[in-house]
Amino acid sequence: MTELELDVAGHCTAQITLRINGENHTLELEPRVSLLDALRERAGLTGTKKGCNQGACGACTVLVNGRRTLSCLALAVQFEGKEITTIEGLADEGTLHPLQAAFIEDDGFQCGYCTPGQICSAVGMIREFREGMPSAVTNGGPLEFSDEEIKERMSGNLCRCGAYVGICDAIRGTFQSGAAL
Amino acid sequence: MKNFAYTRAETVAGAVALLSRQANSKFLGGGTNLVDLMRENIEHPDALIDVTELTSSGISEQANGSVLIGAAVRNSDVANHRLIRERYPVLSQAILFGASGQIRNMATTGGNLMQRTRCYYFYDEAAGCNKRNPGSGCDAIGGFNRMHAILGTSESCIATHPSDMCVALAALDAVVHVAGPEGERTIPFEEFHRLPGTTPHIETSLRPDELITSVELPALEFARNSRYRKVRDRASYAFALVSVAAALEVSGGKIAKVRLAMGGVSHKPWRARRAEDVLSGSPANVESFRAAAAVELSEARGFGHNDFKIELAQRVIVGVLSELAGLGEAQ
Repeated sequence: MTELELDVAGHCTAQITLRINGENHTLELEPRVSLLDALRERAGLTGTKKGCNQGACGACTVLVNGRRTLSCLALAVQFEGKEITTIEGLADEGTLHPLQAAFIEDDGFQCGYCTPGQICSAVGMIREFREGMPSAVTNGGPLEFSDEEIKERMSGNLCRCGAYVGICDAIRGTFQSGAAL
Repeated sequence: MKNFAYTRAETVAGAVALLSRQANSKFLGGGTNLVDLMRENIEHPDALIDVTELTSSGISEQANGSVLIGAAVRNSDVANHRLIRERYPVLSQAILFGASGQIRNMATTGGNLMQRTRCYYFYDEAAGCNKRNPGSGCDAIGGFNRMHAILGTSESCIATHPSDMCVALAALDAVVHVAGPEGERTIPFEEFHRLPGTTPHIETSLRPDELITSVELPALEFARNSRYRKVRDRASYAFALVSVAAALEVSGGKIAKVRLAMGGVSHKPWRARRAEDVLSGSPANVESFRAAAAVELSEARGFGHNDFKIELAQRVIVGVLSELAGLGEAQ
């Protein structure tokens, strides 16, 4: 049982080890620190972005044990022992991840602020699709990687520049290439 | 967000004992609603007890044919599970029509039942809200109430329950298993959430010292023919204006069995029992569906901006039942 108690002054911190992009980071954290703030402000990984900070925009999306997760609605203390992957962990020793390369090729961004979240979300989304998970538009039929499916499955990631056409192109192309993610 | 103590409990009994011992403490699941509410200063617990790793994380078939979903099972895992997709497609669909892929990966089954309304006045600390601050009034009545309830409302509150998953669970007659200091008990789903009455801040029949441990879906063969339909302001990632969960069995042109529940219309997932009574034994045609929907909505009351829901709810009911009866899309 992990127990972090408040002292008489209402303070409470603990040493927590988070495994991020294959490396252990031991951080002194209060329980109220979100995974997003722990990544950006404590671990120095500022690739993950804070947009709305209330679960509406998807800019803070990271992968936890391979599944896409909103780091703003997650408390860092809940993620000890889990494998966290951020945008910084996707490239392979200087070689861009296939989705990163596709976002550049297909103009999948303008200002770039939502891009790390879009790419992490797309990695998780393609994995979900390949595992056979249906969506709200699948309607019981066979799974087909259509634009309708991409839009539905990526609806948790907003792009206020409106680069959606390029984002869809990048995701569709990466999926069709059969690249390992 | 104010600071709080945090405990990761390892047993149900330990978690329940801790909740009773620590003043102003709450259980923490995926955090997708509670963390947001704490950041908005609507919820301000002194201690959180993390229960994501102590209840069953699995979905299993029981000897009596029912299916048991552990309270910690994530929403996406319920929606994607073979047993759920085959036997209770309405539940899989309802979950997939809610939130986003990321949030479904985080949110737990128990947490989904405990989520709170998204009424804007509930979130606005400057507004009167009997749910957030009992006795302060309801600014949604007479305010902007497009999203608000039309059934089972009171002078104290017209908020809606936000869950899609729970609408399917209401239709399926799910049973909520809970554990408390005095042991375990079960709560029929229809009795789990409450109407607002004069105490809209009391939202469920779960006692303050109890923990949801699992949700049971009774065997229901005809639920294989079931559907969820949701009408909302955006095509995806938006709360329901009106939603309908239904299961139907037609035999010899007549309705043999039917289950019907609605979301977006009430303070709780609304089981449409009056419509079910009208439908049972009636011819499986659009006229029957319209008559049943009219009976169910006969006591609905709009508050101005949400008046459209009364007609919309009837049309969605007729549409879903027509589809389940194989009649195509009724107009």
